[in-house]
Amino acid sequence: MSNLFNIDIVNPEQSFLSKDNVFEVVIPAVEGEIGILKDHIPIISFLKPGIIRVFSESEEQSFYVEDGIVEFKDNTLSVLTSSIFDLKDADKNFVSESISSAEAELSKDNIDDQKRFLLNHKVEVLKSISLN
Amino acid sequence: MPSLDDLRKRITSVKSTQKITKAMKMVAAAKLRKAQENAEKGRPYSEKMNNVILNLSKSITDKENAPKLLVGTGEEKVHLCIVLTADRGLCGGFNTNIIKKAKSYFEKIISENKTLKIITVGSKGYDQLKRQYKSYIVENISFKESKNINYFDADKVGKIIIEKFEKNEFDVCVIFYNKFKNVITQIPQEQQIVPLNEDKDDKDGSGNDNDYEFEPDEDEILSNLLPKNISTQIFKAMLENSASEQGSRMTAMDNATRNAGELVDRLTIEYNRSRQAAITKELIEIISGAESL
Repeated sequence: MSNLFNIDIVNPEQSFLSKDNVFEVVIPAVEGEIGILKDHIPIISFLKPGIIRVFSESEEQSFYVEDGIVEFKDNTLSVLTSSIFDLKDADKNFVSESISSAEAELSKDNIDDQKRFLLNHKVEVLKSISLN
Repeated sequence: MPSLDDLRKRITSVKSTQKITKAMKMVAAAKLRKAQENAEKGRPYSEKMNNVILNLSKSITDKENAPKLLVGTGEEKVHLCIVLTADRGLCGGFNTNIIKKAKSYFEKIISENKTLKIITVGSKGYDQLKRQYKSYIVENISFKESKNINYFDADKVGKIIIEKFEKNEFDVCVIFYNKFKNVITQIPQEQQIVPLNEDKDDKDGSGNDNDYEFEPDEDEILSNLLPKNISTQIFKAMLENSASEQGSRMTAMDNATRNAGELVDRLTIEYNRSRQAAITKELIEIISGAESL
């Protein structure tokens, strides 16, 4: 029996990625990374800034996401996100811009802890991207 | 009776107008294709979003403490209406239809002694509404600068709505836009987005397996998701609107081109007739002059 399932990544403008031959997807859920395999129980969660890794038989793909919602049901993983790009064609300028805007946001006083945590995390992830 | 020269000038002017409307029609047709494509591409996102919310709201048992964006404030005194129109004219009844629909809703609200607040998106709507409802308009947004409909713009509108909701500035939020059915028909829509209207038609029991695992809990996901949903709904409305606008413009310009053609035909006949009349008159003058000799 195959151990493959479907993944659909959509952003508001279009369907970003749709595959039916992945065997594992790692998503940066808000309470920690989740690895999803076939026949996972139905789950709804949302994302923090991080990297989605999609493992299919032939290749491995990585995408940076800022936020979004994931739903897994009937062996279909749907990821709804408004900001996503493929790590392969990451734009250096865009990444450094995002880092500096996030850092500017961090230096403000009026942000709550949760937001501070998310922003810190975002900077961390983006920096690790720009290093590669 | 206009002189021959006058007629000739009119024919040329109608012909050049026809050229313009024809060009506009073609531009609209090209843009329509793109807008339609975009609207179709954007559909999966809003559908999926709807599904997730539907599943989530079903699993919420404690209705009293559910997020206010979902169940409402418990009152419905202040209505916020978002009227989405185009930034440009010359598109037939496109803007007027939305305005008409919105106006009838406004009248209903006012006659029920409820408070009305209006946000217009797109300059044409503002132009048409400011005469009558100037005092109700709280904000006027226009995206003339952005060439394409993008999510970022929709998100801006969404954020304004959320901000107002958090300040308790309204209880019910309704958006008005044109739904694209086909090139000839666009249906003006009114859609309530706050509180969220639950779909009455339960999709034949497909959502009955409420055994989702939530991480973190339902409430937190919902409160994160609902603001996003508002932006998504606005974005969907904007996409539908832009497809409708181009469709509407295309039909309007097609009609204008045809009408101009008819006008040219009629004027040409008139021109030829008076030309012939002039020739006949001259001939009679010559003949009668020769006879008198």
